[in-house]
Order: sequence, then C-alpha cells, then structure tokens
Amino acid sequence: MNVVTLSQLQFAATGMFHWIFVPLTLGLSILTAWMETKYVRTGDETWLRMTKFWGKLFLINFALGVVTGITMEFQFGMNWSEYSRYVGDIFGAPLAIEATLAFFLESVFIGVWIFGWNKISKKAHLASIWLASIATNVSALIILLANAWMQKPVGYVIRNGRAEMDDFLKVLFNDYGWIKFIHTLLSGYALAAFLIMGVSAWHLLRKNENEFFVRSFKLAAVWAFVATLGVAITGDMHAVEIAEHQPTKFAAMESQWETKKGVGMSLLLIPDVARECNSTDKFCIPNMLSLLAFHDATAEIKGLKSFPPELRPPVLPTFLSFRAMTGLGMFMLLTSLIGIVLSRREKFIEYRAFLTLMVFAIPAPYLAQQLGWLVAELGRQPWIVYGVLKTSDAVSKSITSTQVVLSLLGFTVLYGFLGAIDIFLLVKYAKKGPDKDVSSIINVQGRG
Amino acid sequence: MDISVFQVIWFVLWGVLWAVYFMLDGFVLGTGFLSWILAKNDTEKRVLINTVGPVWDGNEVWLITAGGATFAAFPTTYALMFSNLYSALLLLLFALIVRGVSFEFRGKIDSPVWKKAWDNAIMVSSFLPALLFGVAFGNIFKGIPMKNDFAAINFTYDGSLIGLLNPYGLVTGVLFVMLFAVHGSLYAAIKTTGDLSKRAADLANKLWLPLLVVAVIFLAFTYPATKLYDNYLKAPVLLIVPVIAVASLLMIKVSALKGSFHKAFLFSCLTIVFVVFTGVTGLFPNLIPSNIDPASNLTIFNSSSSLLTLQIMTVVAAICVPTVIAYKIWVYRIFRARVSNEDVLGDADAY
Ligand code: HDD
Ligand code: HEM
Ligand code: HEM
Repeated sequence: MNVVTLSQLQFAATGMFHWIFVPLTLGLSILTAWMETKYVRTGDETWLRMTKFWGKLFLINFALGVVTGITMEFQFGMNWSEYSRYVGDIFGAPLAIEATLAFFLESVFIGVWIFGWNKISKKAHLASIWLASIATNVSALIILLANAWMQKPVGYVIRNGRAEMDDFLKVLFNDYGWIKFIHTLLSGYALAAFLIMGVSAWHLLRKNENEFFVRSFKLAAVWAFVATLGVAITGDMHAVEIAEHQPTKFAAMESQWETKKGVGMSLLLIPDVARECNSTDKFCIPNMLSLLAFHDATAEIKGLKSFPPELRPPVLPTFLSFRAMTGLGMFMLLTSLIGIVLSRREKFIEYRAFLTLMVFAIPAPYLAQQLGWLVAELGRQPWIVYGVLKTSDAVSKSITSTQVVLSLLGFTVLYGFLGAIDIFLLVKYAKKGPDKDVSSIINVQGRG
Repeated sequence: MDISVFQVIWFVLWGVLWAVYFMLDGFVLGTGFLSWILAKNDTEKRVLINTVGPVWDGNEVWLITAGGATFAAFPTTYALMFSNLYSALLLLLFALIVRGVSFEFRGKIDSPVWKKAWDNAIMVSSFLPALLFGVAFGNIFKGIPMKNDFAAINFTYDGSLIGLLNPYGLVTGVLFVMLFAVHGSLYAAIKTTGDLSKRAADLANKLWLPLLVVAVIFLAFTYPATKLYDNYLKAPVLLIVPVIAVASLLMIKVSALKGSFHKAFLFSCLTIVFVVFTGVTGLFPNLIPSNIDPASNLTIFNSSSSLLTLQIMTVVAAICVPTVIAYKIWVYRIFRARVSNEDVLGDADAY
C-alpha cells in the first residue's frame, strides 16, 4: 500500500477512535451540569448523587477523549504536510483558536470540578462544570467549522501557490459548518441520553436504586427524544446543502446513477457498482428525493454517471452508511418516545422487555455516529478540500510507507489496549451504581 | 502595519508558548519520572499524582497551543517540522497519551499489580517526553538536513530518527531532563508535607550540581555545534537573556540553601523560560534552520501565513492569552495548599 492509502487508514482509525469518546463528552458534560444545577437549586440529595455517578462515567470517558485529540492535531503536519502547507493559512487558525479559546477553559475547569468539591463554594463549583461544558461545545463548533471548510471551501483565494484567507467572516459563518455543528452536537446529546437510559434500565432490571434510576431515565428519555428529533431535522438540512454543493456525494449517498428530473425514493435499493446501476429497486415513493433535496418535486438530480469515475466517491460504503445512519435515527426516535411514555407510568419497572431493549440500544447511537462520519468523509473523496485539493496531492512527501505502517501498527496496538481498558472501567463503574453516601460534600459545602 | 511586524510578533509568541509549556509541564514530567525515588509507598505516590492532578491537562494545552500557533502563523514550518520529524513525534505522542490516561486509570482498580503497572507507565512516559523534547530542540538549534525550494514548492529531507540522536541533540536532551528533574523535585518539596517534602528538597539540592555541569557543557558545545551565537555577537545586549538564565540557575541553589524552596521553585521557572529564550533568540529569524543549505532555512518570513491571518490571530491571542493567564492564576490559588497523606486518603475524588 502506498503512503496515501496508509495515511488515510491511519487518519480514519485515529479519528474514529477519537470519535468514540467525543460525543459522550459533549452530551454527558451538559447533562451532568444540568443535574448539578438541579441539586444546587433544590438541595435534593438525589440530584447530587446523580451528578457524582454520571459525572464519574463522564470523567473516565473524558480521559481518552483528551489524549486521542493530541494525535489529531499532530497528524495534519505528520501525514498531510502538503495539505497543511496548502491550506494552513485558513485551516491553522481554527485549530489555534480552539486551543486558546476552548481547550484551556475546558481542561482548567474540569480540574477545578474534579478536585474542587471541598475547596470552593457550591455556586463556584457549579459554574466550573458549566464553563467546562460550554468550552467543550465551543471546541466542537470550531473544529467542525474547520472540517466544514474542507467540505465547502469559502472565503479564500488561491495565491502564492496556496489557498489564502480572504474573508474570515465567511469561514466563521459557513452555513455548512453550523448545520454540521448542530447535527453533531445534538447527536452527542442523544448518545449520552441513550447511555443513561441503558445503564438505568440495567439497574432497574435488577431493582437496584429504583428512585435514582427512574429519575435518571425520565430525564434522559426527554433529552434523547428532543435531541434525536433535532438530529433528524438538521440531517435533512445537511442533505439539502449536500445536494447543492457536493453532487457527487449526494448521488453516492442515494445510489443515484442516472441524471433525472422528479426522482423518487426507493425504500429497497441494492447498488451494483460494477454495472453502474441498482440491481434491485423496489417500493419507490415517486418524486420524494427531488422534493427532499431541493424542496421541488420535479427538480433534476445529477446521477453518478454524469461524473468521470475518478471523481466519484466509493459508492457502496457511502450509500450503506447513510441508509444505516438514518435507519438508526428512526429507531432512536421511536424508542425514546416510548421511553418517555412508559417511564411516566407507575409500573415502569415492570416493562422488562422494554428495559432490556434499552440496554441493548446503547450501541445504536455509537454506530450512527461512526457511520455519519463515514458518509461525510468517504463521500468527499477523492477530494480532501472539495473541488480544490485532491487527497492524493495532500500527503507528506518526506515520509515512507514503512514509517506509516509502523505508526499505524503502533496506534492500533496502543489504542486497542487503552480503549479496552477504558471501556472495561466504564462498564465496571456503570454496574457498580451510585455511592450511597455524599454527606462529606454536603457537610463541607453547607458551610461554604 | 507591515507584515514583517506581525511575523516578528508571532515569532515572539511562538517562543513564549514553548517556554511557558516547558515551565508548566516541566514539573509534571519531573515529578512523574522521579516518583520512584521520591515516593516510598502507595499513599505517597498518590500524593505526588494529586499535586499535579488539577493542573496537568491545563498545562499540556500550552503544547497544543504551541502546535496550533505554529500551524496558524507559520504553516510551512508546521508542515515540514511535523513530517520531517515523523518518528520522533510519534514516540512523543505515544508517551503523552500513556501519561494522560495513567493518572486517570491508576486508582480505578484496587490491586497492587495494577497500580504498580501504571506507576511504571507514569515514570517511562514522563521521562521520554523530557528527553525527546530536548533532543528535538537540540536539533532545531543545530539545524536539520533539509533542502527547501520555496519558489518551486519543492521540499526534501534526508534525516532519520537515529540521525537526531547526535551528540549535541543528546546533550540538549540531558539538559532538559536535568532541568525538569530539579524543577519537579522543587515542586514536590513545596506541594507536599513531612518526609516526602524533605526528601524532595534533598533531591533538588543533590541534583543541582549535575544540572549546572550539564548546562555549562551545553553552553560551550553550542558554540561549535550551532550558529546560535551569531545573533549575540551581532548585538551583544542580547546577552542579557543567557545571563538571566545562568543567574536564575545559581539563585536556585542560593534560595535552596536558605531553605526557601518556594523561591527556589520560582527561580527554576525562570531558568527554564530563559534557557528556551536563549535558544530562540539565537535562532531568530529562523524557526528551523537547515544544516546543509542556508537558503533552505525555514524563517518567519518565508514560512508565515498571510497578513490577514496573522492579524486575526493577533487579535485572538491578545484577548485570549491574558484571560487564560488570569483564570489559571486563580486556579493555582485555589489549589495552593500542600497535599498531605490524609488528604488523599480521605478524598474519594482524588486520583
Ligand atoms: C465535534 C467535536 C470534535 C471533533 C470533530 C474533534 N474533536 Fe477533538 N475534542 C473534542 C471535540 C471534537 C472535545 C469534546 O472537546 C474533546 C474530547 C474530550 C476533551 O477533552 O475534549 C476533544 C479533545 C481534543 C484535544 C485535547 C484537548 C485537551 O487536552 O484538553 C485535542 C488536541 C483535539 N481534540 C484536537 C482535535 C482535532 C485536531 C480534530 C480534527 C481532526 C478533532 N479534535 C476532532
Ligand atoms: C472525529 C471525527 C472524525 C471522523 C470519525 C473522521 C473520519 C474520517 C475518515 C473515515 C476519513 C478517511 C476517508 C478515506 O478513507 O479516504 C477521514 C479523512 C480525513 N478527515 Fe475526517 N473525520 C473526523 C473529523 C475530521 C475533522 C474534524 C477534520 C478536520 C478538521 C477531518 C479531516 C480529515 C482529513 C484531513 C482526512 C484525511 C484525508 C482523507 O483521507 O480524506 N476529519 N476522516
Ligand atoms: C435521522 C436521520 C438522519 C439524517 C437525515 C442524517 C443526515 C446526515 C448527513 C446528510 C450527513 C453528512 C454530512 C456531510 O456529508 O457533511 C450526516 C453526518 C453525520 N451524522 Fe447524521 N443523519 C441522521 C441521523 C443521525 C444520527 C441518529 C446520528 C447519531 C446519533 C448522526 C450522526 C452523524 C454524525 C456524527 C455525522 C458526521 C458529522 C457531520 O457531517 O455532521 N446522524 N448526517
């Protein structure tokens, strides 16, 4: 394999690994802050115990999010130095802003939150989790704006043999980035809520701490439903944007080969890439795709065949990932809605089949998250910056394939090992359940 | 303003970010790799980890910022530095990853074998970055074998990992290790209590002389190995920078002998900052020189971003950096108390 393919593999592996931990951090930090707010407002001990319990899981997860992030930052220079040189004038700025604006705030106040229980007042402690959580969300916004620039480059001119910034505000207010941000952020909230529902269901099946876990479940079910609904709506907006700006990606997502007007949407499609058509095409809803993509039932949609094969992304994985993501989204909408309804009933903990289902639903949003990135990144190929720079021209020239093979191996072993431990610890502490006694905190904070 | 003004501003900031990073992470790395000498039992190990617990991640972000600032202000340097030093950076990265999770993982399972394993991980993964950063900066001072044609956009490099381990690189590596060792033991001395604190103070005293010796060797070796002294010969007033470095190094010992370890620690901060400034002042206007072809040097002029980007970044830095410093000082004040054995035993949230 050549350096380009190996570097792509490495970037994908390390990015997707980072992405196992990031969405939970995004969602659980805000949910923890919410619970602590409830505690500070009401003085109710259960809210404090909830803060501590879910906060602990948040921290175990957070550790791996942090360390894998450093890899992401280094890799642009290490593996994609031509890219870094070519677009650094635009792309470097968000990375630097992210560190000074968000990472400092996040890391410093997480430290205050973990170690500050007995050192600062209740209100200051609450403020620290909110600061950390907001910073985490801001960091997501900035990095996604950077990523969105690669999807839809704006505000630049080609000058001095590279892309130079021409209009910073256009980069900052790139609509593609803001849609991406909301879609991603809400998907993180949904993921965290599903984790809380799943873990709560596990304990409820064992009749452990009923009050604590019913309350957690109720809260999470509402978050999950609202967030997933938002994910679906922004997902649709995403698709509209893509249909306009990245026709190759859109065609691959929908496995649309021919250019046609008034295209329908088939519920069952099986692409046949070799013959450039769909071998099975059933249950077609007429004009649906044109309507969804352009809000016009007769709009024309460009098919893959209108583009030379070397400009098409890998069709099958893009198509399947997209279908599976939206399918999982529908599943999540449905289950969280049922969750809201059932968890309000007196005999909620008797619904054992539903509770079991919710335990097994924990991986669903995780899967959807990974698939989402696959759609976004695979669908962009062969471009690294859509329409501006090819991935194959972006790779470092001074590295050899032996070096990348070794580093890829190193990452696989190290990440595999640490990931296994982290997930083991998450499961261990999730099963252990909340601490009974939080009086030490209440005693100290009561005085402060 | 002319672009060169901003290029110089960002050169200064670049130096400051690295200096502050080494000053702050230096004591985390130092206490980390010295923990096997300093701490005699599990509780003392935990005390040491908890002295850095609230701040280590915030300190590491200075590194992320230094990297990000290089990317934003000098993208060509970022691109070539990171790809040319691929293997060395990879080792560094692995070490930083292991160190970060070790703090979190160590206390999560109550088994001596488990804890011992993470203790070892902390030592190795703290020592390696200290050495590697030194080696990397030694090679940056000296120049690396690259040939860059900026007009034709053609860059080549023919160095290797082994090539970085040249005598000068290694001396700089040892210098960094010794600096961080003294820095870390002074930090432990002022942040812990009782026996542990005494032991740390003793260790700092003992390590000071070897540090001085290495520092002298480094300064002497720098003359034949690098071109850093050229700037000082051109403008001798700059010599104030290395003079402050040496003076603070001496003041560490003076303060320590008087028993005021807080002062000694502050002088150790100053030493690290001014050692970095000494190197960076000598480099100007280069960021990374080439040791085979002066025209290939990566300078602030041939590798910088456009005027607009530099202006935007200057505004961002002018707002953010002072804010960050302000709340970091506040946080260091919250956690200014020494950490004792009783503290970690009684606190369920401690590492
Ligand atoms: C939408 C969100 C998102 C995305 C797409 C990425 N990250 Fe990330 N990153 C986060 C959201 C995040 C976070 C939630 O803010 C993390 C996770 C845990 C944490 O501490 O912050 C984080 C941590 C984190 C850190 C460690 C910060 C610290 O030490 O506190 C770095 C250096 C990066 N990231 C860099 C990157 C880069 C260069 C990415 C692009 C390739 C990237 N991240 C993708
Ligand atoms: C953390 C979530 C992310 C995941 C899971 C992810 C996933 C991927 C995948 C699967 C690829 C490989 C595509 C291929 O094989 O060709 C890729 C490539 C890439 N992505 Fe992303 N991505 C993420 C975030 C980002 C962000 C935020 C950026 C920019 C800031 C980015 C920039 C890139 C670059 C530079 C490449 C390498 C070139 C390429 O292979 O296209 N990615 N990513
Ligand atoms: C319910 C219907 C959904 C639709 C219509 C939808 C639509 C989309 C589209 C079109 C993209 C590609 C964006 C691009 O190429 O830049 C995308 C990406 C993504 N999706 Fe979804 N999605 C849905 C559900 C979900 C769910 C349930 C999750 C996870 C819980 C999720 C997580 C993601 C992520 C993480 C990305 C990558 C980041 C991004 O590009 O925004 N999506 N989604």
